[in-house]
Amino acid sequence: MSSSIAWLDYNTQVVAASAALLGAAAGLAGCLLLLRRRALMGDALGHATLPGIAGAYLVSVALGGTGKEQWVLLAGAAVGALGGVLSILVIRRGARVSDETAMAIVLGSFFGFGTALLTVIQATPGGHQAGLSSFILGHAASMVASDLRAASIVAFSCAALVVLLTKELRLLCFDDAFARAIGRPVRWLDGVVLLIITAVVIAGLQAVGLILILALLILPATAARLCTDRFSVMLPTAAVMGAVSGVGGTLVSASAPRLPTGPCIVLFAAAIFALALLFAPHRGLIVRATSSRVRGLRQ
Amino acid sequence: MNAAPVPPSDPHGDSHAPTHGDSHAPTHGDSHAQSRAAGCEHSDTSPLSIHALTVAYQRRPVLWDVDLDIPSQSIVGVIGPNGAGKSTLLKACLGLIPISSGRIRVFGKPYEEQRALVGYVPQRESVDWDFPVSALEVVMMGTFGQLGWFHRAGKRERAHACEALDAVGLADEAHQQIGQLSGGQQQRVFLARALAQSAQVYLMDEPFASVDAATEQAIIAVLRRMRGEGRTVIVVHHDLETAREYFDWVVLLNTRVVAAGPTATTMTHERLRQTYGGRLTLLDEAAQRIQKAQLG
Repeated sequence: MSSSIAWLDYNTQVVAASAALLGAAAGLAGCLLLLRRRALMGDALGHATLPGIAGAYLVSVALGGTGKEQWVLLAGAAVGALGGVLSILVIRRGARVSDETAMAIVLGSFFGFGTALLTVIQATPGGHQAGLSSFILGHAASMVASDLRAASIVAFSCAALVVLLTKELRLLCFDDAFARAIGRPVRWLDGVVLLIITAVVIAGLQAVGLILILALLILPATAARLCTDRFSVMLPTAAVMGAVSGVGGTLVSASAPRLPTGPCIVLFAAAIFALALLFAPHRGLIVRATSSRVRGLRQ
Repeated sequence: MNAAPVPPSDPHGDSHAPTHGDSHAPTHGDSHAQSRAAGCEHSDTSPLSIHALTVAYQRRPVLWDVDLDIPSQSIVGVIGPNGAGKSTLLKACLGLIPISSGRIRVFGKPYEEQRALVGYVPQRESVDWDFPVSALEVVMMGTFGQLGWFHRAGKRERAHACEALDAVGLADEAHQQIGQLSGGQQQRVFLARALAQSAQVYLMDEPFASVDAATEQAIIAVLRRMRGEGRTVIVVHHDLETAREYFDWVVLLNTRVVAAGPTATTMTHERLRQTYGGRLTLLDEAAQRIQKAQLG
């Protein structure tokens, strides 16, 4: 009995540590997404992974595999995300529509395609046990040591890139025309941003799933933005908020039976956002309400 | 590369064109021929020399066969109606948009080799002023051109940026988040960032747009100081009333260069009428104001 509790503890520790690292990486990536005004890109990327995952399963089975190899499915997810990004670029150019419209088109059609493939797969023998649908809402509770390793690699690479390129990324997000005028390769920098987002989305598929990953990207970043007016403070703040959401959500879900971990993590992030919205030092609703009343009294 | 753009006088152009007023563009008139004949061959000493520049969007020209030799140590106004291609001209010079044909030289060499000599002030609306940076941090971006990728801005860049902020009268606002500044102050932050670039020729996109009179005076004072230091400033401008006062030289633009030269001899009623095409009421009003200003 005691060994089962110890195992549970160890498992919870692994999940909490992975979720913390992923949350931190998502916080950083979310800041870039938010400040580059590409919030919907995260959503489009997330949804575009589904046909990739389903396609990878079909290819694997067709080649005699089990279709359950984690790396094959994640590679498929990456291909799907890449396909989504390319489609956005092509649609934006060809149809001359805004970024947002192109993303909405890709988001919907890729997810629709993925869902259709998934339905077909689940009707095939063995398809139902493949666990593909767990990618939609995540299955954080089943993360193991190898997932923790993957999460650490993603988190530390993202952090390293952001630290190394912080000056250029800030310039890119604030004024890309000026960045280009002084000779910065804006396309490559946007590529780095996209790479970071994709890595976080793929790594986050297991924890929170492809639908809720956008929430984990955007909530800590937006909350951090409310708390500070400085780029250099906003990024680490968002990373910490993401990490706290990861740990907090894991602990909450472990404290009660049948509470799904991914949604708990996102709910924790939403709670932090709500706190920031109310109590942030300068931009919080309460401070703004009271300061406008003070201003009113002075007049 | 796209197919060759059709000339702007073509009345059957595609309706998705980004510019308006093209139908009013001057047809193959002698004024254009005059401006070309007025000596627009490439010069190595000109801060900005443009030869046969055409920029098209979806085969519809936004700029057509532009020839210009900007004189050094001057404040130059680029004037024309909305959609005349004024911003496009600046962006083409900075390599921000692809050009269909032509050549642009900065002190005789391509822009890519001369970036350090060129400063840029984009339109104020082109960025999000809610962005989490301080005025000083924005101005320091002006020093990034000289800084390598992984070099952090240090004391020297900071001092340089503070100097630039001081020059535009914003030393006290250095640590304010840019969203807390007024429109005029934001415009001056952009100007300070350009100053921090320590360039020789400056391209400014509507630096006087929607700023108050005091800011406008502060900005023109900075531009004159820059000219005094031997720099050249090229300014996209809207207000015909102030143009005579501010600029040594003007470029009247409406897809083509209608005329370019010293302000006094170039900004004639007839040339303005050609530049502004069919918008006669607006133009006559402007002309009357100019005449009044001259009399007063």
